[in-house]
Amino acid sequence: MQHVSVLVGGETGYGVSDAGVMICRLFCRLGYRIYMYNDYPSSVRGGHQFVIVRASTEKVAGHSDQVDVVLAFNQDTLDVHKIRFHNHTVIIYDSEKVRIDGISQPSYGLPLGKILEEEGGKPVLGISCMMGGLCKALNIDWNIFEAMMQKHQTETVKKSLKIAHKGFEMAQTVDSLEVIQQPLLPVLSGNQAITLGLLKAGLQAYVAYPMTPTSPIAELLASLEPDIGIHVVLPESEIAVMMMALGYSYMGVKSAIGTSGGGFSLMVEGLSLAGQAELPVVVVLGQRAGPATGMPTYTAQTDLNFVLHAGHGEFPRFIIAPGDAEEACYWAGVALNKAWKYQIPAFILADKTLCLGLFSFDLSLTAELKEEPPVLWDGQGEYKRYQYTEDGISPLAFPPVEAQVVKTNSYVHDENGITSEDPADARAVADKRFLKEKNLAAELKDFETVKVYNQGKTALLCWGSNKGVCIEIAKKYGLKVIQMLVLSPFPEQALTQALQGIEKIISVECNGKGQLVTLVKQHGFKVDDQILKYDGRPFSLEDLENDVKKVIG
Amino acid sequence: MNRLKTTAPITWCPGCGNFEIQNSLEAVLEDLQKEGVPFKKIILVGGIGNHAKIVDYFHINSFSALHGRAIPAAEAIKLADPDTKVICFVGDGDTYAEGLEHLIFAAKRNVDITVVVHNNRTYALATGQFTPTSQKSFKGSTMPYGAKEDPFNPLELMLVSGATYIARGYPVRSQHFRKLLKEAIVHKGFSIIDVLQVCVTYNNLYTIYNKNLEEIEVSDPASFDEALKVIRSWNYDTGERPIAIGKFFEADRPSYEENYSRFKAEKGDRNKMMKDALDRLF
Repeated sequence: MQHVSVLVGGETGYGVSDAGVMICRLFCRLGYRIYMYNDYPSSVRGGHQFVIVRASTEKVAGHSDQVDVVLAFNQDTLDVHKIRFHNHTVIIYDSEKVRIDGISQPSYGLPLGKILEEEGGKPVLGISCMMGGLCKALNIDWNIFEAMMQKHQTETVKKSLKIAHKGFEMAQTVDSLEVIQQPLLPVLSGNQAITLGLLKAGLQAYVAYPMTPTSPIAELLASLEPDIGIHVVLPESEIAVMMMALGYSYMGVKSAIGTSGGGFSLMVEGLSLAGQAELPVVVVLGQRAGPATGMPTYTAQTDLNFVLHAGHGEFPRFIIAPGDAEEACYWAGVALNKAWKYQIPAFILADKTLCLGLFSFDLSLTAELKEEPPVLWDGQGEYKRYQYTEDGISPLAFPPVEAQVVKTNSYVHDENGITSEDPADARAVADKRFLKEKNLAAELKDFETVKVYNQGKTALLCWGSNKGVCIEIAKKYGLKVIQMLVLSPFPEQALTQALQGIEKIISVECNGKGQLVTLVKQHGFKVDDQILKYDGRPFSLEDLENDVKKVIG
Repeated sequence: MNRLKTTAPITWCPGCGNFEIQNSLEAVLEDLQKEGVPFKKIILVGGIGNHAKIVDYFHINSFSALHGRAIPAAEAIKLADPDTKVICFVGDGDTYAEGLEHLIFAAKRNVDITVVVHNNRTYALATGQFTPTSQKSFKGSTMPYGAKEDPFNPLELMLVSGATYIARGYPVRSQHFRKLLKEAIVHKGFSIIDVLQVCVTYNNLYTIYNKNLEEIEVSDPASFDEALKVIRSWNYDTGERPIAIGKFFEADRPSYEENYSRFKAEKGDRNKMMKDALDRLF
């Protein structure tokens, strides 16, 4: 076999995610491209969690409801997910906790408690035992598994391998997962990819208040503090987060902040300041199901309207919505570079699916990412923070500057940054902001702001994490996929081009109001049909296929 | 023209307590400059209110922030360059109401910034509403029959929150006030001066202050108990009792950025970082 889908289920807090990560790494070492969906409730212990790892010879970024192997740590894994099994699904289960009455598929019970007791292993090593069973069931070379374990489980590896081997002995081979001859890739979450992109583009400080699904960015950067000297600050609220980021910007320190919709609500006041004072800031916004607390660990694409319009007053913003790990990395870097070039807020509009999903990461698929220096003052004459220029960009200087002052201002201001209520100044600073937006839009014509995949007369129009499923279904049904990567400034020309020869447009979004559709209609485009999902879960391949079949008839 | 002045027209009422704060700041900055703190290393951060106009009037680096939000911006400025002197000018509505969380946390962190609270005990630019420190009898536009709430004592809150320099000043007594302002700026760690700045238009307390103010010297500035006692001796009422001004507390505790700069904010080799990270995640 050359593709496989594995479901791991168990109680929250007992290593289901870790098992998923290990399986991803193992499959990557066999040459596969993986994607992992992580479904967990908002509780540290006690709920039911599951992950679905998909491995394919080609790039994948979506999960399937059909699973070939099940690793069941609890009864729910069988009871809740039975609907996902087919006739040949292999079930490896903890025989001390799970009853398999009425299951006709091949099943192998591992008495995890007993094995762990015999080997003196902690409960978390139950994962290793299951992994051993998985290796046997799919005929995976033990040496490859061992090498992976040696690298990632350095402290307990000996015991882990021993326990894993017990699982290996107790299962039987039902199929062979072939080794694929292609470059082996690392496994990254969307959050990790965003982090690397920001760092590559010169990030120096990260400010955040804890919130799913972007907290892992702060965790990763905090762990890197000693290596790369980045500042990670965790202040009292998202209000302070935004204000600190702007304080850093004033001093020339490139910063980013991360949150979800609820936290971003608190940042909006400061966002408007960024607009008026022309202070660059990058916001990583991982959308999740709202309104209010909603479903904190589940996904949504419901904050596009919010981000497009957040903040009182009129000011430009750069909004990008990556669809997979490579795009997340590359465009996060672009966001930081352009925020500083144009001195504006930039958004990496992600969602829980992207942030916490795992991907095979192929750096070669992304364009070269470099730190771009912002427009700096040349040191001649008197420094004017808001100097009027042809392109609307005032050169930057950061305190302390010899014999000069740098004045930034939340009020309408003159070129020196002194408060003004003069109508001419009011118009001038607004025009300056609009001019920057126009110039950013012009520069973006050289970027792939709208991406096209496959060919056909009918197009699936999508944004963000729906990219992966859309591409797979489009290939199956001969459809074109149009992915909007940049949402502001609106890439009108690129979308017009992508729509050449298209007779029918079907939008695909994880919200109930069709927010992308509203946006494209504002710019004079039409959409024929909408496929919407707003239950907190991303589209599986089967979900999308069913919906697409209905609308294409 | 004075070298520290800008072209911005001054728009405070005649008799406003802000003028003397402005004069004092100018004198202190000139002083500091003579002592080796160049003007370029000074950064003024303003909230929003009449007080905040002060940053416009100085030809000095400045960040005019939002109502209640000066302090987090100031903290990041200090973290970005610990070699600067960061002075926040905030109001009582501004920082004791809307921005209170930031004030408490800046004190908790003991970040080395100075907070000067223009405490005129009314929202003056917003035209005379009552604030957290308005006296109970205050007839503000939003409480025309007298304030319904007692004021709270912000310095008591600052003491328990971890501020390492706490003072109350009255700019009319300019030499005394200048001494405090300079001490606060020079102090290493979080410093706050609650400034009894009088709003002549909406809450004119000159008579009460002039009559009751008393300059005090605590015997042990590092004593929490003594500071607490002095701070509690007046609760922002208008009764006939002494109102203490002076330095109430000063302690030596490592500042946030001292602890913070465990790791230097150097960019390092980001290509190598990328390679190492990807290798780790393989």
